[in-house]
Amino acid sequence: MDLSIKILIVDDFATMRRILKNILKQLGFSNVTEADDGTTALDLLKASSFDLVISDWNMPKMTGLDLLKQIRSMPETKNLPFLMVTAEAQKQNVIEAVQAGVSNYVVKPFTADQISEKLKKILG
Amino acid sequence: MDAKLINPFINATMNVLETMAFVKCTAEKPYLKKDDVARGDVTGVIGITGEANGTIAVTFDQGAILKIVSNMFGETITELNNEVADAVGELTNMISGQARRELEEAGRVFEAAIPSVISGKNHMITHYTDGPKIAIPFSTEGGKFTIEVCLEK
Repeated sequence: MDLSIKILIVDDFATMRRILKNILKQLGFSNVTEADDGTTALDLLKASSFDLVISDWNMPKMTGLDLLKQIRSMPETKNLPFLMVTAEAQKQNVIEAVQAGVSNYVVKPFTADQISEKLKKILG
Repeated sequence: MDAKLINPFINATMNVLETMAFVKCTAEKPYLKKDDVARGDVTGVIGITGEANGTIAVTFDQGAILKIVSNMFGETITELNNEVADAVGELTNMISGQARRELEEAGRVFEAAIPSVISGKNHMITHYTDGPKIAIPFSTEGGKFTIEVCLEK
């Protein structure tokens, strides 16, 4: 895996951003930017390019699912790897995310190993 | 209240705390809670709707939550601050999600709102419905916490 890639973490809870950032750091990734909801994330994605988005689902203003749909609808981000990390684990949620083009899906609570495994799958 | 609705919340709480904070907890005997005073110092509350409507609250005493959040962050947290409140919101969110997943597997579908957090000594926990309040106390290495489940039937 290329450890210099630019990663955007999107979660309304600072706790989860911090936990994910810690895990990414342990894995060797250091180029990490944070956004606290989908709208902020979208602005950041329009302003500069990222190599991976790790996003929560349930957020105020714009949900992770809506963010994913927006990303897939824009030519410059339509193939951007997108990992959904969410407490929403009901079957319908997973189906909706897959239909919207999610790259992979992690259900909270998770371990560092699970995140590492999903990243390997997404980034090769 | 149906015990089959309560057990998923107990299982989810133990799983979330063990996975995210490496904290083992032991469930104690559940009881019917008659008042609105929180047993803990910081509480996460989440509204759920679906087959039954109601609220789930998880209230932690200071010792329990400081140990949990310190483990989650990998650094020692010594006071109940905004970081701890944020962590309680996220823990409540995860417990709700995990419990609803187990309920769904049993054919019972619920949806949840974004959690709110209340803190302070002897704060009140207001449940949105007036059903019975089942309290399940837990002990951990750092201290105690209690889950309250209140669902209308």
